[in-house]
Amino acid sequence: MASNKKYWKSVEELNENSSIVETLRNNEFVEEIPTEDFLGDKDTLSSSSTSRRDFLKYVGFSTAAASLAACEGPVKKSIPYVFQPEEIIPGVADFYATTVADGYDFVNVLIKTREGRPIKVENNFMENALTGANARVHASVLSLYDSLRLKQPKIDNKAASWSDVDQKIKASLTSATGQIVLLTNTMASPSTDKLIAEFKAAYPTAKHIVHDAVGSDAALDAYQQAYGERALADYNFGKADVIVSVGADFLGDWQGGGYDSEYAKGRVPKNGKMSKHIQIEANMSLSGANADKRIPLTVADQKLALVKIYNIVTGNAVAVTNTAADAEVTKAAQQLKAAGSAGVLVSGIDDVNAQLLVFAINQALGSQAFNPAQAKYVRGGNNKEVAQLVQDMNAGLVHTLIMNNVNPVYSLFNGAAFAEGLKKVKLSASFTLREDETASLTTIAAAAPHYLESWGDVQMRKGHYSITQPTIRPLFNTKQFQEGLLTWLGKTESYYDYLKASSTSLTNGKTWNQMVHDGFSAVEVTGSAAASADFGGAASALAATKKAAGLELVLYSKTGMGDGQQANNPWLQEFPDPITRVSWDNYLTVSKADAEALGIKNYNVANGGLNGSYVTLKVGDAVLENVPAFIQPGQAKGTLGLAFGYGRKSALKEEMQVGVNAYKLYKDFNNTQNVSVEIGSGDHEFACVQLQRTLMGRGDIVKDTTLEIFNTKDVKDWNVKPHVSLDHQLVEASTVDIWEEFDRSTGHHFNLSIDLNSCTGCGACVIACHAENNVPVVGKDEVRRSRDMHWLRIDRYYSSEDTFADDVATKVAAKGLMENISTFNGLEHPADNPQVVFQPVMCQHCNHAPCETVCPVAATSHGRQGQNHMAYNRCVGTRYCANNCPYKVRRFNWFLYAQNSAFDYHMNDDLGRMVLNPDVNVRSRGVMEKCSLCIQMTQASILKAKREGRAISGDEFEVACSAACTSGSMVFGDVNDKESQVARLLEDDRRYHLLEHIGTKPNVFYHVKVRNV
Amino acid sequence: MKKVGNHTSFSRILFLCLTFVLTFSTGSFAQDVAKGKELFNANCAACHKLDANSTGPALRGMIDRHPTDWLHKWIKDSSGLIKSGDAAAVKLFNEWNKVPMNSFPNLSDEDIDNIIAYTSEPKPEPTKAVGAAGEAGQGSGGVSEMLVLGGLVLVLAMLVIMLVLVRRVLNKVANQNNLTVQETKSIPVWRAFVKNQFLVLTSVILLMLTGAYFAFGYMMQVGVDQNYEPIQPIHFSHKIHAGENGIDCKYCHSSARTSKTSGIPSMNVCMNCHKNITEFTGSADSTYVDYSKEFYTAEIQKIYDAVGWDPAKQAYTGVEKPVKWVRIHNLPDFVYFNHSQHVSVAGLECQTCHGPVESMEIMRQHSPLTMGWCIECHRETEVNVKDNEYYAKIHEELSKKYGVEKLTAAQLGGLECGKCHY
Repeated sequence: MASNKKYWKSVEELNENSSIVETLRNNEFVEEIPTEDFLGDKDTLSSSSTSRRDFLKYVGFSTAAASLAACEGPVKKSIPYVFQPEEIIPGVADFYATTVADGYDFVNVLIKTREGRPIKVENNFMENALTGANARVHASVLSLYDSLRLKQPKIDNKAASWSDVDQKIKASLTSATGQIVLLTNTMASPSTDKLIAEFKAAYPTAKHIVHDAVGSDAALDAYQQAYGERALADYNFGKADVIVSVGADFLGDWQGGGYDSEYAKGRVPKNGKMSKHIQIEANMSLSGANADKRIPLTVADQKLALVKIYNIVTGNAVAVTNTAADAEVTKAAQQLKAAGSAGVLVSGIDDVNAQLLVFAINQALGSQAFNPAQAKYVRGGNNKEVAQLVQDMNAGLVHTLIMNNVNPVYSLFNGAAFAEGLKKVKLSASFTLREDETASLTTIAAAAPHYLESWGDVQMRKGHYSITQPTIRPLFNTKQFQEGLLTWLGKTESYYDYLKASSTSLTNGKTWNQMVHDGFSAVEVTGSAAASADFGGAASALAATKKAAGLELVLYSKTGMGDGQQANNPWLQEFPDPITRVSWDNYLTVSKADAEALGIKNYNVANGGLNGSYVTLKVGDAVLENVPAFIQPGQAKGTLGLAFGYGRKSALKEEMQVGVNAYKLYKDFNNTQNVSVEIGSGDHEFACVQLQRTLMGRGDIVKDTTLEIFNTKDVKDWNVKPHVSLDHQLVEASTVDIWEEFDRSTGHHFNLSIDLNSCTGCGACVIACHAENNVPVVGKDEVRRSRDMHWLRIDRYYSSEDTFADDVATKVAAKGLMENISTFNGLEHPADNPQVVFQPVMCQHCNHAPCETVCPVAATSHGRQGQNHMAYNRCVGTRYCANNCPYKVRRFNWFLYAQNSAFDYHMNDDLGRMVLNPDVNVRSRGVMEKCSLCIQMTQASILKAKREGRAISGDEFEVACSAACTSGSMVFGDVNDKESQVARLLEDDRRYHLLEHIGTKPNVFYHVKVRNV
Repeated sequence: MKKVGNHTSFSRILFLCLTFVLTFSTGSFAQDVAKGKELFNANCAACHKLDANSTGPALRGMIDRHPTDWLHKWIKDSSGLIKSGDAAAVKLFNEWNKVPMNSFPNLSDEDIDNIIAYTSEPKPEPTKAVGAAGEAGQGSGGVSEMLVLGGLVLVLAMLVIMLVLVRRVLNKVANQNNLTVQETKSIPVWRAFVKNQFLVLTSVILLMLTGAYFAFGYMMQVGVDQNYEPIQPIHFSHKIHAGENGIDCKYCHSSARTSKTSGIPSMNVCMNCHKNITEFTGSADSTYVDYSKEFYTAEIQKIYDAVGWDPAKQAYTGVEKPVKWVRIHNLPDFVYFNHSQHVSVAGLECQTCHGPVESMEIMRQHSPLTMGWCIECHRETEVNVKDNEYYAKIHEELSKKYGVEKLTAAQLGGLECGKCHY
């Protein structure tokens, strides 16, 4: 019997006249598949000479050919020297002492060279050397190998020869009818000064003007008023018990920087004592983050606070209005006064009166840390003269303008006016490393050598004389400014001979060879230079400061970028700012309260990336659009911060053209401006490497305590050892172990000690690690995806309550599920003026490493010497180890970062690759990597001792980060040598291990941070 | 083929030739030449050569340029002669960059005559290389082999044709005699094989095993370049330098003592000796020589080209052409190897890894340079701790721990991954 049941798939089918059913019957899909789109039109397909079959043939053939070709090994060529220089042994590093003086950073360094090419900057730890290489100095070796450097001189944008350039300049000098101006950065070079004096004598209309992109003009003027010389006073923070800073980021770039090593010495509690640091500031700076007490104030209030402190310390009674935090300021002033000669005050306010008060206060205290007799010459920019120059140029009064290592078109607030003026100058020349904004507008772009290719001398302070020597032959057809001066003066001698001859009176008795060997000679200058200036008048003038109605913009420079000279340096671009942990950007820092008022938002998107609103800034006529805003805990209410050094375009790789140019708002060279803010449209994508801003009360990650508790309580109270449950009994975590113990008693056992008290978070170690270990740069997009490759990161945590101790208390006090959830939600938000802590974290080299057990191919294994090894060639990239690492220090090569045009940084060009360390492998795609505790360095130290046939002491070992650390926070060595410093540090009461309760027994240990509150 | 069992040097041949010639001229003169040669080698050879300019001019035929008594005066006290203002002496002095010649007052007149006699000998004709004839012989050998093979193939083909013909003839005969040839129906071998499943299974397993064996062997030799013997831009014979002349390896490869690389010697190291050794003076038929004298001399000339040395003027021209050697020992980038550790600290002979270099005419990679090869040595080799303070403490601790007197590199941690891979 036939069934008349009707089966149907959709109701539509029951509709007899449905067009869909009809279409479906004929076609498989309701809508036509756009095959035409991807196959193109039939005509082209049929007329194409490559048919589908041909294509398959080609694929097959090329695959077969490629696999056949792969069977044959490549032929490698080796080209030895024809005449090998005596001092070069291939495979052995040479070190040369030299001095960095780029107008912004001044420091004595050692340069490590391999086969004649500089590959790393090391500290010159010789006694009396001005040590303190920061992240920028460590990265400067890469700027030497910048493929976008100016490679030969150019006249009117056409390549020219040096003889043409010299001829042209000399002709212009002799026929000059108007002014001849030499515009340079601060060189602090006695021989150059002498040359310029000779130049002025030869060309009487010549003037020398010094321009610092970020200057200390007010401090220089104040010093001149008080001491009769245009210089800066020197400070030694190691001699101070109470340090009060009013807006001076002296751990950053304030007055040339270089103060952190002495400062850090006083920050480690010794015999129950350590210095007390009070910071009054607007932006959250490195100094503020390290301070025991931080008072956020607007700059206007800072000026009033300075007058208040002046009143209290000197006993004057200048009438002054109240500040927003009067009680705290008064307390700070009283503490400073009580400290007497052991107190010191510094200020970074761009105001001559404020700087004069600094002298008055320190003089009244009789401060030992304050040494005005030892004048510093690392800043010399004269803003009035620069302003006058721009006017003169536009008035057509300047005939010849020769610049050296300055970029005023970019770094002047009226750069456009300068560019206009350049057109009226008959002949302009710029000695420059790159064809920057200025050099592309001048008649002559003169290619200058990098400091690693030049001779020079530097007087950083009175009594201190340093030599800059080349460590490589000039890579390009370059000529030094000084060589130029000699040529234009008609002299035939080289600058080297001139320098050698003029140095004799300054070397403090050292021979020339000794000078070149040491890099410097120094005598200490002391003495009581009494300041004579109208301090009372200055105080009154300062007290009259009016608070502005709107918001205050405080311009600052970042640890990574400084004044922006090295903007094309990928290491520095990828360097996360110590405070905000944002890389590849500058941004407007804004307090939470102001952000809410302005409607500025920061939020994290699904992949963890941070987004922020755009704003438009207006200072007078100057407008800066599309400035990303970043909500910064600790930012003083009513103030905004913006960093210099970004927003450059000329002669920069596209990836490096990030940020906005803050110099446009640096009106009249004052770092404080009244600004109006408008919220813009759209959101900015930040590349921020740290999402978690607070510790959530987890006091065991960063242990901190107060000096009082540290001095009076038992170790158990402030350095609590974690306990775990064993057989339902609470026992100390370190006594429980599920692992078999390795024998650690024989041979070397390396440990790294990190003192959280002396770590200032400066980040020099991060760049040093980059340079030593060939760590790749991955770019902004990848950093945003949390794929940054830094082997060493410096975590920065804010407290959620006023202190970290309060966080712990809040966490412990929470009861019940709901309260816990709300408490933890609350703990995620940093306080308005939080405590800050820096914690460098690299591979902890656990003796019982969780990563080792999960590797399916045994690519990571344990060494007897305490290092956790990583055999890259064995790794298959499962990433189990990274998942199982409790410290999250393993880094995965998601891509091939070397010789890959998608990552167009230094490893993608022949020149940039010259910086690579030949002793360390460059990792390929799909391989895990991490800190090796610089095993190449420890092995080299061992081999050296073996070759010399001697025992080795535990203090002889170094790793890149510990060698770069000038604050003495990181100490590396062999703990099996009981005499070594690191062995003593291991026994210290303050020592603790990170996440001790999980029993990994790391070989990196920390010291509890003690705060003097 | 080219090796002839006669260990004579070029100079001795020269001497023999001379003796031969001179026996037919004057008997007493021969004595002078032999003595003269001895004296020449002892006193003059440091700065002079017979046929080429060196520090001083070539001396062959000097009697044609200067009178005998002048030569006597010059050799005994050249500076005196120059001072006396002798025109020829001053001219010579100026021509040779005003480098004064040592005076030899100790040489007697007879000695000087003997030297003059030696230098007056005619230049011997260069002996022709015998290689060409040998090569021709080798060539014909190749052809004859081909001929034999061809002949054999021909014979085989003839046999096959013959068999086919015989079968055809037999079939014809059978047909003519009306005989039916029985065609036996047998199962073909392959079908029998397929039917026997056991045989199929075993042979498949066997095939897979042998396949795997060869595949494994093939894979393991990928990237292993043992016996790699590339042609170098300059034919440098380790056999002549390290073998025959007994030059220490570390004389040229000096950085092996202090550096991770042994270093390919820079060309100025070659010039230490080759400023004076301008031509190959070994005999073509000595045991250690594989090529002709002209060949070797031409290779020496390549050094001069590279460093820019003008042998005639005895000066550098400044035109340098760096030599692109082909690297023989290639470790992968992920391996760190340090020569000084093995050479200076462990005191290993270079030959331990590099093989009998002193007998290699062309340098080749002796060892496989695989990780297994490294490890094997680290497992077996006892560490040389003698007189090295570095090892004192660790040796005491470890020998107690392992209960042995001598420690291997492995016991000292020489097998850890990170010691070589970073």
